Amino acid sequence: MLHRRKWAIPYLLLAPGMLWLILFFVVPMWYLGKMSLSSGLFPIFSFDWAWGNFSNAISEYQTQFIRSGEYAAIATAIALVLSYPLAYWIAFRGGRWKSLFLLLVISPFFVTYLIRTLAWETILSDNGIVVHTLQDLHILGPNGRLLATSAAVIAGITYNFLPFMVLPLYVSLEQIDHRLIEAAEDLYASRPRAFARVTLPLSLPGVFAGVLLTFIPAAGDFINAQLLGTPRQYMIGNVIQSEFLAVRDYPTAAALSFILMAAILFLVLVFARVLGTERLTVAA
Amino acid sequence: MRWIRRNLLTGYAILALLYLFLPIFVVIAFSFNDPKGRFNYTWQGFTLKNWLNPFGYPGLEDALKVSIEIAILSSLFATILGTLIALALVRYKFRGSGTTNMLIFVPMTTPEVVMGASLLTLFVNWRIPQGFGTILIAHILFNVSFVVVTVRARLVGFDRHLEEAAMDLGANEWLTFTKVTLPLIFPGILAGGLLAFALSIDDFVITYFNAGATITFPLFVWGAARVATPPQINVIGTSIFVIAVTVMLTQILVSNRRSRKVVAG
Repeated sequence: MLHRRKWAIPYLLLAPGMLWLILFFVVPMWYLGKMSLSSGLFPIFSFDWAWGNFSNAISEYQTQFIRSGEYAAIATAIALVLSYPLAYWIAFRGGRWKSLFLLLVISPFFVTYLIRTLAWETILSDNGIVVHTLQDLHILGPNGRLLATSAAVIAGITYNFLPFMVLPLYVSLEQIDHRLIEAAEDLYASRPRAFARVTLPLSLPGVFAGVLLTFIPAAGDFINAQLLGTPRQYMIGNVIQSEFLAVRDYPTAAALSFILMAAILFLVLVFARVLGTERLTVAA
Repeated sequence: MRWIRRNLLTGYAILALLYLFLPIFVVIAFSFNDPKGRFNYTWQGFTLKNWLNPFGYPGLEDALKVSIEIAILSSLFATILGTLIALALVRYKFRGSGTTNMLIFVPMTTPEVVMGASLLTLFVNWRIPQGFGTILIAHILFNVSFVVVTVRARLVGFDRHLEEAAMDLGANEWLTFTKVTLPLIFPGILAGGLLAFALSIDDFVITYFNAGATITFPLFVWGAARVATPPQINVIGTSIFVIAVTVMLTQILVSNRRSRKVVAG
C-alpha cells in the first residue's frame, strides 16, 4: 500500500507550485505569443498570423534594441571589473566576518530601487557636487552635464544590478579549495600565474552566472533611462512599457517582448560557447 | 611588495563599499532636509519634522500598507509552494525533474518587462480586473523560483543519517519530518521567505503592469517623482533599509553563535 503510493509523493509536492508557474508563466507567454501575431486596435485584437508585427517592430525600434545591447554590455563589463576584486577580497580576506561583509555589500539594495535611482539623480544633478567638481577641474565644460547622458544611464544600470554580479562571484570564489592555490605555488607558479591558472578558471562558473544575471535585467531595464536619461537614451524596455501602457498597441509591444527574449537567449548561448561553459548553465 | 598588494586590495574594497553606500548616504541625509519647493534635490537645512510626521503626504500611508500586505502574503505563499518544490527536487528521483528545473530557472532569466507584459496580456484575455489580487498573483509567481533556489541550497547539504537515526529510534515519517527535517532546514526556509519579502516590497516593473488603480509604495514613489519628491519618501526608504539590515544582522549573529556552539560542543 505504502509502496504503491510512494511514486506519487514528488508529484504531490510539486503540484501546487507547478500549477502556479504553468498558469501564470507558461499560459501568459502563450497569450503573449498569440498577441504578437494579432492585429487590431485596443481593446479588440484578432489573431491572424500577422508576422509583419515582427519586421515592423525591428525596423522601427532598431536603434533602441542596439542601444539596450550596448548599454547592458558596457554596464555588465564595468560591474564585473568592479565586483571581482570586491568578491575576492571578501572570500579570501574576510575571515570569520565574511557574512558580515557580504551583508555590507548587499545592504544598499534594501533601499527601494526607485529611491536609490532618485538619489543618483540628486548626486549627478546640475547643481550637485560631482558636476561642480568636474567643471572646476575642466573635465566638464561650464555648461556640461552628467544627467541626461548615456554615461548617467549606464552608471545607474551598473549600480542597480551590482549585487547580481557580486553574489555569484563570491559564491564561486568562496568554494575554491585553498590547497589548490598553495599546490600551484609549491610548484613554483608565481602569484599572478597561480591566479590566472587556478583561481580564475575555478571562478568561471561565478563569472558566467554573474554576467547572465546582470546582463538580462540590464537589457530589459527602463527605469534608469527614464529617470537619469532623456528619450535620446531610451532603451527597448521604455518602448515596450509605453507601447503597452500608453499607446496600447499590444501586438507591437508583444512582438518587441519576444524579440527581446530571443535576442537575450541568442547572446547567452553565444556567450556560453565562447566561454566554453555550456555545462555551467545547468549549475547556474 | 606583498604588503602593498594585500593593502591595495583592501583599499580597493573600501573604495568600492563607499561607492555602494554613496546614494544611501544621500537618501538618509535628505530625509532630514527641509526643502523649500516641491522637489527634494538641493540641501536647504536640517529638520526633524519629516521623521516626526512620516505620513504627512497624502496617499503615502495607504501605499505603504498595500506594499506590506502584498509582501507578507506573497512571501508566505511563495515560501510554501517553493519549499514543497525544493523538497521534491532534492529528495526524489522522478520523471519530469528536468522540465521542472527548467520551469524554475526560466522565470528568473526573463526580463521583468516581459514577465509583466505577459501577465497583463493574460489578465486582459481572461477579463480579470487588475488590482490587489493581480499584484499578489504576480508577486507569488516571481518569488517562487527564488525560494526554490534558496531552500534547495540548504537541502543539498543535509545529512540524511539524522533522519535515518530518528526512524531507527521508532519515529514514523511524519514525526521525523516535523521533529528533525523541518527544524534543520528552517534557516533555509526563513532565508527564502525573507528574500521573497524583500523582492516583493521593492518590485516596481511587474507591479506597474498589473496594478490597475491599486498603488504600492514603489508605484507611489514613481507617481510622486513626476510632480514632487516629498522628503517623507526618504524617511520610509531609510526605515525599510534599517529594518532589513537589522533583520539580516540578527540572522548572521544567531547563525554565527550557533555554529560556534557546535564547534565548541
